[in-house]
Amino acid sequence: MARSDKVQIENPDWCKKCGICVSVCPTDALKLGDKGIEIYNLDSCISCEQCSLICPDFVLKVVVNYD
Amino acid sequence: MDIYKYLRKEKLPHIWCPGCGHGTILNSFVRAFDKSGLNQDKTVVISGIGCSGRATGYLNFDSLHTTHGRAIAFATGVKMANPELNVIVMTGDGDGAAIGGNHLIHAARRNIDLTVILFNNQIYGMTGGQFSPMTPEGANATTAPYGNIDRNFDLCQLTKAAGATFTARGATFNPRQLTNIIKKALLHKGFSFVESFTQCPVRYGKLNQTADPVDMLKLQKQKTADIKKWLQFSDEEKEIIYPLGVLNEEINPENEYTFRYQKIIEKTLEKGVL
Repeated sequence: MARSDKVQIENPDWCKKCGICVSVCPTDALKLGDKGIEIYNLDSCISCEQCSLICPDFVLKVVVNYD
Repeated sequence: MDIYKYLRKEKLPHIWCPGCGHGTILNSFVRAFDKSGLNQDKTVVISGIGCSGRATGYLNFDSLHTTHGRAIAFATGVKMANPELNVIVMTGDGDGAAIGGNHLIHAARRNIDLTVILFNNQIYGMTGGQFSPMTPEGANATTAPYGNIDRNFDLCQLTKAAGATFTARGATFNPRQLTNIIKKALLHKGFSFVESFTQCPVRYGKLNQTADPVDMLKLQKQKTADIKKWLQFSDEEKEIIYPLGVLNEEINPENEYTFRYQKIIEKTLEKGVL
């Protein structure tokens, strides 16, 4: 996985705010908002995929960043 | 990797509680299935009753949601009727180890080519938090308010002793390893058993002072170790820590049940019995 890939919130409506993704993120790229998970600092994302692999609700997805 | 093609998106979000690890196992399963290269149209997913029973409803495969504990019995029927199918069973600790415990050991004894993924949340979550055969000794449940006095099964040892040719254990805190384990189990010819620890923050957690799913994952990490590390532990440590990874694998496709059954069919056809 190239480092230019970034996390994306694929299905924001499915988030149940359990906070597991925030705890596993090694670079604090995510944060919990009022309605669900939000991206806090996209630049710090290293596309390790920890969040999308552990998310029980299929909310997050790591995608290829074209820019 | 497009995992969403394996999911019935119209059925999501699922009904599992916030922080429930069952979704993580489902997530690992769809990734493992994608990596295994198996045909989605030639796969049947079967589940019983309980929280884990909901899994088949969210998967875009041919699926069966069966009676309590009987998922493996239905799966055996499907596999015998059409041995070409990949048959996967999703069961829970109450469904697979308690009510369906006999089906589990006998399917293992026959070494029939099923992949059983057991969601071990250590409690009967859906029915209100009664203790299951996998509830740890001393843990609280609604039917054990002063602590559970039952000893629990080591399901990997149990199925191995019964004859399973692939046994492995994973945990939701390490989805990468869980995905690899499930992929190997899917490709194994013979009875493959995968036990996965999963957190139940709402039922188990609230009764045991760990209602935060993140804390439960940390506890899971403390109570488990990779099999390579685990083998170097002292005997006392081995009793309290569970090994993770592929624990047992025997490669002998000719020992598989439907293969042996096919041999009998051929033999009877030769003799002109049928």
